[in-house]
Amino acid sequence: MAKRIDVSGLAAYYGNTPALRDVNMSIEARSVTALIGPSGCGKSTFLRTLNRMHEVVPGARVEGKVMLDGENLYSPGIDPVFVRRAIGMVFQRPNPFPTMSIYDNVAAGLRLNGLAKKRSQLDDVVERSLRSANLWDEVKGRLRRPGAGLSGGQQQRLCIARAIAVEPQVLLMDEPCSALDPISTLAVEDLIAELKTRYTIVIVTHNMQQAARVSDVTGFFNVESHGEPGKLVEMGDTSKIFTKPDEKATEDYVTGRFG
Amino acid sequence: MSVAPAPPKAPPHGSAPFGLHHRRLPRWAVPAVVVAAVAVAVALRGTGLLSGTAQLVLVAALLSAVGVVTVSATVEGGRHARNRLATALVGTAFLLALLPLLSVLWEVVANGIEKMTPYFFTRSMLNVGPLDDAGGLYHAMVGTLEQVGLATLIAVPIGLLTAIYLAEYGGGPLARAVTFFVDVMTGIPSIVAGLFVLSAWILTLGMNFSGFAGALALTILMLPIVVRSAEEMLRLVPNALREASLALGVPRWRTILKVVLPTSFAGIITGVMLAVARVAGETAPLLLVVFGFDAINFNPFQGEQSALPLMIYQENAKGLEFSFERAWGTALALILLIMALNLGARIIAYFYAPKNR
Repeated sequence: MAKRIDVSGLAAYYGNTPALRDVNMSIEARSVTALIGPSGCGKSTFLRTLNRMHEVVPGARVEGKVMLDGENLYSPGIDPVFVRRAIGMVFQRPNPFPTMSIYDNVAAGLRLNGLAKKRSQLDDVVERSLRSANLWDEVKGRLRRPGAGLSGGQQQRLCIARAIAVEPQVLLMDEPCSALDPISTLAVEDLIAELKTRYTIVIVTHNMQQAARVSDVTGFFNVESHGEPGKLVEMGDTSKIFTKPDEKATEDYVTGRFG
Repeated sequence: MSVAPAPPKAPPHGSAPFGLHHRRLPRWAVPAVVVAAVAVAVALRGTGLLSGTAQLVLVAALLSAVGVVTVSATVEGGRHARNRLATALVGTAFLLALLPLLSVLWEVVANGIEKMTPYFFTRSMLNVGPLDDAGGLYHAMVGTLEQVGLATLIAVPIGLLTAIYLAEYGGGPLARAVTFFVDVMTGIPSIVAGLFVLSAWILTLGMNFSGFAGALALTILMLPIVVRSAEEMLRLVPNALREASLALGVPRWRTILKVVLPTSFAGIITGVMLAVARVAGETAPLLLVVFGFDAINFNPFQGEQSALPLMIYQENAKGLEFSFERAWGTALALILLIMALNLGARIIAYFYAPKNR
């Protein structure tokens, strides 16, 4: 079910302000791709263009192509709703639905999409998703309790379970650990390693150790000066990016030297 | 050669240099000052300078505030004195705001309590003369429940849909125009709403006076309150929840229906109840289009009805002992009805509100 993504000539705008320009990138199926770069370089924007969440912001638009296994997500006949079902997303801050129980949160994707199955099937999906998210053992006794009552790390894993319950082909993660403590971060990173056997994963992170730990390929985004659009500076095997990158800017960033 | 730093200034209140400690008034100081102020005020009244309880309370409050602030300024210093002054002002404002509320409540309960009998709630005013100690508000209760119920049924769907448009879709010139006209509607005097229904529904379209005509007038008054309160509540829903739902591939309308609305449900209910409470006490439009009727009329679409505020007005206008009693009793019943509706709405909202445990 995992699919590859090929991006070509991608530019993103907020109103008339360009946020990103001329991004070309290939993402292999069943791999973890990390996107690093300073704040404001457009890496989160780029991630949101991959499942057409960018255009949810009023005035935001995208130019260029995003091919999912050869199909352009931005061609006119494509319904963004179906794109988002195929490409799941986990956000920076855990955002479980506050009115729903743990069970309902995981089942939300199926129920809200009108794909509700029989009760027993839904039970299976919820258990499978929570097990995949390494959360089942912690919550199996209280599936009917509100999802907002879990700890931050548990909430984030609940959001991951919610995202994979609809069986997407790609999973996008926007700084999924930035609001978590080291133990919860470790749990999420272990989870990423497990999930990559089945999903294509793209993760945005500010934590370079995390990028080095979890990813196969790393892309470095940078912005020349404030107000300029961000761009993809360099992309390659994670080991290469962190040891001998081609670009000076990449080396400066990964070694902690700036300017 | 380096210049020696200037010695630190002497601390303002005799505490240690750069000390973290601060002299505070003892706990008994404020009550003591208040007691002293009351004593002075009582003494002043003894000399004949003050007359009446109101002046006594006013002078005592003023003396307490001045006393507390002065004592605090000498012992604790400026910031604490200003803090105590602000506390005193806020407390006074709170009491002043509470005063009319409690006074109204007290008057109504004291005058209306003896009418709270099963008899009063189960009889209409049919064939009850102004001099009779008889009759009840059953017909008016039926009228109010039906008129307010119908108005709610019309105003809430329209208002909620408008609010959803404004909060979730709007942003263009149409949304600005809608917002403007909703604000204008908020300012419509209730009697103008009644006149509008009278001229449009009854005189132009040739309909009869009825409870439904009253409901239409009440709808005009409810609509802007529902729209504005629901819009505010929808805007309070974090965008992260909308994005979480959209990212699952849920269409926009289902996101609003299944995620945004349930999250803001408690607040929307509160806004609707505010609107209901506001219109349940309206007299003027009902006077024009419902007309008032002494007998029970269950059909809001046919013939005149009564309503609780209308009955208060009419009984009061009769100007006789027993009719005053009935007016007070009806006023208390109206307050109780709105309280009961509010309580019911709170209970419903409690069960739907987002929970954390």
